[in-house]
Amino acid sequence: MFVSYKWLQEYVDLSGISADELAEKITKSGIEVEGVEKKSEGLKGIVIGHVVEREPHPNADKLNVCQVDLGSETVQIVCGAPNVDKGQKVAVATVGAVLPGNFKIKKAKLRGEASHGMICSLKELGIDSKLVAKEYATGIFVFPSDVEVGTDALLALGLDDEILELGLTPNRSDALSMLGVAYEVGAILGREVKWPGISTEEAAEKASDFINIKVDNAEDNPLYIAKVIKDVKIGPSPLWMQTRLMASGIRPHNNVVDITNYILLEYGQPLHAFDYDRLGSKEIVVRRAKDAEKIITLDEAERTLTAEHLVITNGTEPVAIAGVMGGANSEVRQDTTTVIIESAYFAGTVVRKASKDHGLRSEASARFEKGVDPARVRAAGERAAQLICEYAGGTVLAGTAEFDEMKMEPQVISITLDKINTLLGTSMTVSEVESIFTRLQFGVELDNETFIVTVPTRRGDITIEADLVEEAARLYGYDNIPATLPIGETAPGRLTDYQLKRRKTRSVLEGAGLNQAITYSLTSKEKAAQFAIENRESITLAMPMSEERSQLRLSIVPQLLEVLKYNNARSIDSLALYEIGAVFLKQDGEELPEEREHIAAAMTGLWESHLWQGEKKPVDFFVAKGILEALFTELGLNSQVEYRQAETIADMHPGRTAEILLNGRVIGFIGQIHPTLQKELDLKETFIFELSFKDAAQANVAPIAYQVIPRFPSISRDIALVVDTNTVAGDIKKVIIEAGGSLLKEVSIFDLYEGEHMEAGKKSLAYSLKYFDPERTLTDEEVTKAHEKVLTAVKEKSGAELRG
Amino acid sequence: MQERLLELQQEALQKATEATELKELNDIRVAYLGKKGPITEVLRGMGKLSAEERPKIGALANDVRAAIASKIEEKQHAFETAAVNAQLASEKIDVTLPGRPVNKGNQHPLTRIVEDIEDLFIGMGYTVAEGPEVESDYYNFEALNLPKSHPARDMQDSFYITDEILMRTHTSPVQARTMEMHKGIGPVKIICPGKVYRRDNDDATHSHQFMQIEGLVIDENISMSDLKGTLEVFAKKVFGQDREIRLRPSFFPFTEPSVEIDISCKICSGKGCSVCKHTGWIEVLGGGMVHPNVLEMAGFDSKTYSGFAFGIGVERIAMLKYGVDDIRHFYTNDLRFLKQFHTHESE
Repeated sequence: MFVSYKWLQEYVDLSGISADELAEKITKSGIEVEGVEKKSEGLKGIVIGHVVEREPHPNADKLNVCQVDLGSETVQIVCGAPNVDKGQKVAVATVGAVLPGNFKIKKAKLRGEASHGMICSLKELGIDSKLVAKEYATGIFVFPSDVEVGTDALLALGLDDEILELGLTPNRSDALSMLGVAYEVGAILGREVKWPGISTEEAAEKASDFINIKVDNAEDNPLYIAKVIKDVKIGPSPLWMQTRLMASGIRPHNNVVDITNYILLEYGQPLHAFDYDRLGSKEIVVRRAKDAEKIITLDEAERTLTAEHLVITNGTEPVAIAGVMGGANSEVRQDTTTVIIESAYFAGTVVRKASKDHGLRSEASARFEKGVDPARVRAAGERAAQLICEYAGGTVLAGTAEFDEMKMEPQVISITLDKINTLLGTSMTVSEVESIFTRLQFGVELDNETFIVTVPTRRGDITIEADLVEEAARLYGYDNIPATLPIGETAPGRLTDYQLKRRKTRSVLEGAGLNQAITYSLTSKEKAAQFAIENRESITLAMPMSEERSQLRLSIVPQLLEVLKYNNARSIDSLALYEIGAVFLKQDGEELPEEREHIAAAMTGLWESHLWQGEKKPVDFFVAKGILEALFTELGLNSQVEYRQAETIADMHPGRTAEILLNGRVIGFIGQIHPTLQKELDLKETFIFELSFKDAAQANVAPIAYQVIPRFPSISRDIALVVDTNTVAGDIKKVIIEAGGSLLKEVSIFDLYEGEHMEAGKKSLAYSLKYFDPERTLTDEEVTKAHEKVLTAVKEKSGAELRG
Repeated sequence: MQERLLELQQEALQKATEATELKELNDIRVAYLGKKGPITEVLRGMGKLSAEERPKIGALANDVRAAIASKIEEKQHAFETAAVNAQLASEKIDVTLPGRPVNKGNQHPLTRIVEDIEDLFIGMGYTVAEGPEVESDYYNFEALNLPKSHPARDMQDSFYITDEILMRTHTSPVQARTMEMHKGIGPVKIICPGKVYRRDNDDATHSHQFMQIEGLVIDENISMSDLKGTLEVFAKKVFGQDREIRLRPSFFPFTEPSVEIDISCKICSGKGCSVCKHTGWIEVLGGGMVHPNVLEMAGFDSKTYSGFAFGIGVERIAMLKYGVDDIRHFYTNDLRFLKQFHTHESE
């Protein structure tokens, strides 16, 4: 909503308050003023001139040489506007004038003819060309003949004004009018609101003899008023009205249309003018449209209606979409003589439906959607009739033709002083609160410390106690509310076990060298399921914005690979990233999907590089696995986790991938991405893992129990084994542990050898075994006995041959 | 005899002084102080001396031995020091060369901000509540006083999956769910961080996915002054102790009264610049007193209980705090971006 500071003064006294001060006060009381535009900024030296002569330029087809009377002198000006003519009164930028963009006017010669100034279009004076009346859109602006030559053109054009741009929240549609803003400002400043006086002389003929109003359903349209004005002469509206419309962002058309728009701005009540003679009947019937019924609207578009749309008809065919746009068939034109002014209350929902379905959002529909003030419907119609009579000639017929089933009961809400103060944390007095309600021009009665407040119909947003509390608070001033902290029963603030584990996980991964990434949950069909741990169908959005972001992800790795690719393309080729976030799994029989938090990582390029020492080591499987092991140690899961060679995971290297099992159940995988995919993404060897953090975090972890530090020495025995290349180290370790008995406390692998000096298909593995008993020193015999069992077991169970 | 001893002493001292390496010193030690050395030999002849002279010569011999031994030791020590010095000199390194890099990853800047805020509120007795990113229409809208016909609920603005299920558009459904779990019994004190989704085209200031953090307190006698005090603590922690805050009335369907919070512009210190659109203030937060309808729908008696709620966009905080100019940076994960947010700044 654009509010002219000058115009506003007609409704409320603004003396002593500048536009900027007013803006600050309005903002602090609840309506944000998004800007204050000084219309005359950058304009200087523009006067009204009278074109006394116009001759075609001798050397240029499109130019005219004009003699312009500026009051004090007559100067020659060369003008290129197609509509310039003798006898016009025009805006002249005189020599020395400044136009927007710091454009200075100087004496000039145009094709040999001297020019002392410039005749201006409105656009040149900084008015948006969309707001300039069509007849002046491509040329200069022509003033009405009664303006005084030599005076300041900016005054005549209303440019000596400042415009406040209000950013209205949806609840404050009451401020979508000058009067509404006046009430707000009046409440803030504690000043009166002045209504425009309406006094119209009406003819003896009755409006109701000319037109009959019928409404099918009072719920859609509880109130419909029609005023009829005869013998109207269509022409331009007065300049002051045009300038106010332009200042408010509305383009002037003709007197009747301008007046309806003017009332819309003044009262917040949208009006529509019909040409009585073109209506084609003597009745107006408001009803729901029939399915597939058609109307050609004012913008000359044919629109197909449905029973969800409300239309104004002449009894047979639609002449307007109620509250949205008029029909071309009944439009007011240059030759119109009798007009019907419609002032009505249309239900917001039905207007919103039509405005949305037809993509027509207008000043009118915006107001109906939010609900107009029923108390102003009648007055707005009367005021329009008066202005038409004044500025378009004509005779106003007596009374109205109308349909009125409007229930107009103002809200009465009771609230105690204590409730207000308790909810705000303030200590306002009865009289302070009473004064606020009075300034708002709410009815207020006092019963001890209870306020019985009658809310005017213009404030449809106020329906409950809390709304009154807000009114009290905003006019009391949010600045004046004290700042306290809640007191009362306190519970310890803490993170849950799960949340703590998440933080630990992040710190382990970051400490290990992985950078946290956050990527999008929405992805393409193809990527949604790539690398998914469980094969499920991905969830699809009903109305995606693009295929790229149409599915909910089932895995994170594809997004991380995208990030690797992105960075790689910018010459960052050593990367280590992780992400922790939800993936979304459809659940049978459940409305909502399961959101399973996953951890994923992706690493490529060098892992270690110490350049001046010439050391470089690319990332490999065991770097990735080492990080996971550190994580599982932190989460206390090392003894519950196993890795199993996985040769068939899509897009993974079949020989360098393992499934991660937690207590025997697969919760994720780790490995190298398939070389084909690497090539596709233009990446070097890339290692990833992804697993369900949810499962890892929910696994049971035993409490920490202190183990006595051994006081007795341990005995170590090493074994070197030759096994088939296919035998995996982990299996042998299991056999060793199982056979070693209670004295065997540690098993670690310390050598792996394949290749030269080895029989084909064989490899050598060496393990170090540590035996001890916390209670005593072991004897050599005891250890030998236990160790013998281990040796037998590896020979028998793993087919190993002892070496050396 | 006495002369002989003094002569030996001088000779030995002379040799020791002139020695150039440890071996020479050893030779001197063996030669003069050894069992077969000249001093021992001299002492063997002691038997021939008178009883008076014997102790004198004995004492002298000991003095001579001690003098020689001391000289050798002194010289030996000098050699050792020289050797150590030589070794140290040879081991000198250039300490200005860079150290061996330790791989250290970074927290994402959004996580960093969320954790800071979580910790601040945990310190004030809040718990961290989380909820699903795919939500029912009921919790996302209806339970928050946004009935089906509400204009703010345009299909165009949200990612619906079915008519009843959508990607949550704010973290407020977590509040609705938490309140419901409390079954009408306070207090409730939670902070809810999380990802949210809106049907926006991605550009420098819009992202179809972003993060919010919201707070909710419900108890008997919770007032708007409590909200104001809490937000002051919050704004100063997040944006700096020297920031001023301003509350403005506003409108949200789920709060009444509602408030918007501005902080004084850091760039121009409130004088007005392009960042704050020449107002000196930057809008950062929305909040208000929980709407009675929201309380009632979640099973709280709005006559007994009141509460406040507030919410903020995490990217917005990061953009203001660090001067990030494009919201998409948070999701492209350019390493050159991610690596900038690791130091613990002074408050």
